[in-house]
Amino acid sequence: MSRGLKSLLLHVALVAGAVLALIPMGWMVSASFMAPGEANTFPPRILPAHPTLVHYQTLFGRLDLGRYALNSLIVAVAGTASCLLVTSLAGYAFAKLRFPGRDGTFRLLLGALVIPAQVSMLPLFLLMRELGLVNTYLGAIIPAMAPIFGIFMVRQFAGSIPDDLLDAARLDGASEWRIYRSIVLPVIAPVLVTLAIFTLLATWNDFMWPLIVLSDEAKWTLPVALASLSGEHAQDTELMMAGSVVTTLPVLAVFLVLQRFYIQGIMAGSVKG
Amino acid sequence: MNRAPGSQAEGRAGWWFVAPALTLIGVFYGIPVLAAFLLSFTDFDLYAIGNLDTVRFTGLGNYAALLHNPVFWTALRNTLYFALVGGPLSVLVSLSAALLVNARLARAKGVFRTIYFTPVVTTLVAVAVVWRYLYHPSYGLLNYGLGQLGIGRIDWLGDPRWSMPAIIVMAVWKNFGYNMLIFVAGLQNVPAELHEAAALDGASAWQRFRHVTVPALAPTFLLVGVLTTIGNFQLFSEPYVMTQGGPLRSTTTMVLLLYEEGFRWWRMGVAAAISVVLFLIVLAGTALQIRLQRRAAS
Repeated sequence: MSRGLKSLLLHVALVAGAVLALIPMGWMVSASFMAPGEANTFPPRILPAHPTLVHYQTLFGRLDLGRYALNSLIVAVAGTASCLLVTSLAGYAFAKLRFPGRDGTFRLLLGALVIPAQVSMLPLFLLMRELGLVNTYLGAIIPAMAPIFGIFMVRQFAGSIPDDLLDAARLDGASEWRIYRSIVLPVIAPVLVTLAIFTLLATWNDFMWPLIVLSDEAKWTLPVALASLSGEHAQDTELMMAGSVVTTLPVLAVFLVLQRFYIQGIMAGSVKG
Repeated sequence: MNRAPGSQAEGRAGWWFVAPALTLIGVFYGIPVLAAFLLSFTDFDLYAIGNLDTVRFTGLGNYAALLHNPVFWTALRNTLYFALVGGPLSVLVSLSAALLVNARLARAKGVFRTIYFTPVVTTLVAVAVVWRYLYHPSYGLLNYGLGQLGIGRIDWLGDPRWSMPAIIVMAVWKNFGYNMLIFVAGLQNVPAELHEAAALDGASAWQRFRHVTVPALAPTFLLVGVLTTIGNFQLFSEPYVMTQGGPLRSTTTMVLLLYEEGFRWWRMGVAAAISVVLFLIVLAGTALQIRLQRRAAS
């Protein structure tokens, strides 16, 4: 086979894959602008005949989707902020600070990674109930606050900080907290950016735990609200597509703007891990 | 890298720094996991939530009840179906995509990589809603496309024979980009000299793939295999949104059953027993893969 033909076949395959990857989302956006009933025709329409914003108006008007979007934003931002603080401290300490029991504790954490999260959910719900955290943002955020893989990522990255740098600061009389604040944090900033995007997307997209812990409609996040809407409005295809756009567009935008950090983070983690 | 033990101040700081993480993980993960085992030996139910005194220790009663519950066996079978068919299929698609975007002749690699990765970051519930309409027997794009190829109408989510394949296809579409990236990272770590040496020896492209690329990717296969297995046994949102476990329970998975028993009927003892079984299966699956990889490596 000639080089030109090979290259042609390769690019045909690449483009075909890209089309398959994008069709569902493309159709979602297109159908969200269709008139009611227009998406349920045969043969299927690809583009709306007369684009309309009526479904978005319904969603943000009568169905109050803005409130759920705000809930999602609060849970995602607060969850991410607390996760960054907790994992940066722990990941740095596991990598660089010498304290008794360090390596054993870390191995124990790694071992816990094979336990499916659902195993903890039933007792966790009962615990949240006892603590009065059911139907609170804090209750929804808590499981995201100390992800073990996040500690692992920070530890991998912090391992490259030269010990001499830390020891020199100690000789100068800097406290351990001061060293963390002014030396460690700037150095590990790149991995924290990656981790921030990871956590932001994961908490925004999370479904099962918010579904369990947020039974009060006023506290629902977007995925929980969308799942409920899709039961009630199963026939309103175009409305549901608009709801799906509102739910997934923010994370898509974050990803497209910051994808460099995200993709590098996954690839770096997988090679070292 | 072994250095002298640090000062006492450093040791104290170390524990202070890991304390928030360990406290959160211990209280909100470690204790609940242990409690799940205890819970699975009790008859904890709706009444127990109101009054803890009604809880009784029932030994292995919940496990015995599960063994006699046909829905549990259906859920177990469906979960294994999804993991054993969907898992390898997903790995195959991921590897193919990685080989495509990493091919020497490919242009705009970064663009394709990003496009292929996009489904991973979308909100699962939202795309499950979208796919429910793509699978519509009369108006869905999928049946329309297949119709153009001369394939008759399939009731994807309404026919118990097709509902799980439909969920597998959707899950592969959603997830393949993640493992693709891990494979791309693995491929970039294969030394180019190995390929060049094999090519000089007259090895064909397939031989080079089989005898240079695949062995070099062995650790990547392990990572991808373990991650995919653990993820696949947790299938929940797709059937919850797309089929509610139907039709005829054909997409009821272990986690969906756990959710129904625990949070719809509040039979938490039974649900905890399901979660313990799930844990044991994931553990066994992980151990099996590590052992297979070791044997293949030696």
